[in-house]
Amino acid sequence: MPVLRWIRRNLVVIAGLLTLAYMILPNIVVMVFSFNKPNGRFNYAWQRFSLDAWKDPCGVADLCGSLSLSLQIAFWATLGATALGTMIAFALVRYRFRARGAINSLIFLPMAMPEVVMAASLLTLFLNMGAQLGFWTVLIAHIMFCLSFVVTAVKARVMSMDPRLEEAARDLYAGPVQTFLRVTLPIAAPGIAAGAMLAFALSFDDFIITNFNAGSTVTFPMFVWGSAQRGTPVQINVIGTAMFIIAISVVLVGQVIASRRKNNARP
Amino acid sequence: MTQQQTAGGDVRLAGISKTYGSFTAVQPLDLTVPQGSFFALLGASGCGKTTTLRMIAGLEEATTGTVFLGEKDITDLPPYKRPVNTVFQSYALFPHLDITENVAFGLRRRGIKSVKKQVDDMLELVELGDFARRKPHQLSGGQQQRVAVARALINHPQVLLLDEPLGALDLKLRRQMQLELKRIQTEVGITFVHVTHDQEEAMTMADTVAVMNGGRVEQLGAPADLYENPRTTFVANFLGTSNLIEGEIVSTGGDLVVAAGGGKLTLPRERCSAATTTGGRLLLGIRPEKISLAHADDADSIAAGRNRVTGRIVDSSFIGVSTQYVVESPAGKALQVYEQNIDRRAGLLPGAEVVLHWNPAHTFGLDADQDIDAGVESVEDAA
Repeated sequence: MPVLRWIRRNLVVIAGLLTLAYMILPNIVVMVFSFNKPNGRFNYAWQRFSLDAWKDPCGVADLCGSLSLSLQIAFWATLGATALGTMIAFALVRYRFRARGAINSLIFLPMAMPEVVMAASLLTLFLNMGAQLGFWTVLIAHIMFCLSFVVTAVKARVMSMDPRLEEAARDLYAGPVQTFLRVTLPIAAPGIAAGAMLAFALSFDDFIITNFNAGSTVTFPMFVWGSAQRGTPVQINVIGTAMFIIAISVVLVGQVIASRRKNNARP
Repeated sequence: MTQQQTAGGDVRLAGISKTYGSFTAVQPLDLTVPQGSFFALLGASGCGKTTTLRMIAGLEEATTGTVFLGEKDITDLPPYKRPVNTVFQSYALFPHLDITENVAFGLRRRGIKSVKKQVDDMLELVELGDFARRKPHQLSGGQQQRVAVARALINHPQVLLLDEPLGALDLKLRRQMQLELKRIQTEVGITFVHVTHDQEEAMTMADTVAVMNGGRVEQLGAPADLYENPRTTFVANFLGTSNLIEGEIVSTGGDLVVAAGGGKLTLPRERCSAATTTGGRLLLGIRPEKISLAHADDADSIAAGRNRVTGRIVDSSFIGVSTQYVVESPAGKALQVYEQNIDRRAGLLPGAEVVLHWNPAHTFGLDADQDIDAGVESVEDAA
């Protein structure tokens, strides 16, 4: 049976491709339906090809406002969580202090806690403190749950860093600030970047915690959820596709730069 | 590069010590490293040699004592303000910078803008001119090591500290780099302080060797002097191999006569570092290569006046230039003898009865109140 033999020989490749398809298929659906021209309000059945939504991505009321808000929150949350998380990671790896072990485990608590529970308790906390729900409460909540992920990503990198590199820098006339800027930071950068990207992605599409703590503010995920009750505009797919393409481009550009750097170094 | 270091002076450690909690890494230590010398700190791991080096670099704070560079007290200066540079054990090259930027790092930090000429010259000195644009991970261990040396030397430090810089290299490359470092040192004339656990490395490269043990300097001197005149059993065993024979002093008139292993051995009084009173105990030391072997049947042909010990060969191993014998005798269980392979000699096989004989002048005497095995192979565990 040549067919069976062929399947057996290529089983790993077939399994790999199937898994890849499993992951990619939903994204393809998003992309394809961004070119749809649905009859009625729901973009669930393919009708015919159209560029209408791409030509007018902000054509739906409140969509671009919510997108801009989400991007702003994601930006500040990434900045805050990355700065704080990087410092925590360095402290946990580089210094011996009391309760270090306890803090190491506590860092994972927000990851382990069910998000809905966390969202409800945060709301309780904010209400008891008399805080005004909106941009700031959402931002505070996002920084909080992004922190654990940033700490985990940066810690892995810092642990693999040779502390002698900083000693070498100090030995070569670099003061504390120079040592940090010229040696510590560049070497930790890949871990910090990974943590930052993770934080951005998590913050941008968080729905549960945001929904509880946003008050009357509407972020992009909340907008999508809200509109899905009454009909799904094609523009949602356009935004999704654009985000997908931007993310892929960032990864590709990064890889090209990395490989070019490697080639340059090999004359 | 023929940069002459004019300023500077000796490195002087005065009563310097280091303790971590209740553990004393370095006992109060006085040490002077003359300007322009190649100085080795030799000892097993954990003997305090690296800690001593790091205190000179400023990477470790001294618990007590003072570090002088010339007349200047640098004890409280941070490492980046000391005119001292270090070659680290694992090289510690900056992985995100290419070779040029690694070497230029120290110059740039001191605000020197035009570094190209100096970097090129320095890479030429360590024969790495073609590798300027590569990243450290693209270089072999030996090349990385040379970059580390270049990165330190380009700053014209008053003292270059080397922390086991050859430890990660294989034997052949290590021998080559030893000569290379020695050449560079002679060329630039900077004081080198070299930390190593390899006694051959220390003896090959250094003008002066300080043998460290348990946070103390056991003995300090020129390599040949340390080898020929060890003053402690640790030095005798750690630097090369020594046969140590315990005996009782029977005569102190003229040369010392010591009864050991059923016979009498003599040694010149001036080669004995211990107290000599008739009836006292003494350790006699003799290096394996200074002993000659004669078959017991030929014992009559041995010249008069030589020290003799009878024994039986228990093991022999042929290692090319020489043959190493292990001889069991009343004077010692496992005496080592190295014979040059000039003529293959029949009859010197395991089991053969032999006479060991040597010139009494080659014998040294040590205080018998020491651990006779100090510094033998097992030093790594003891550390």
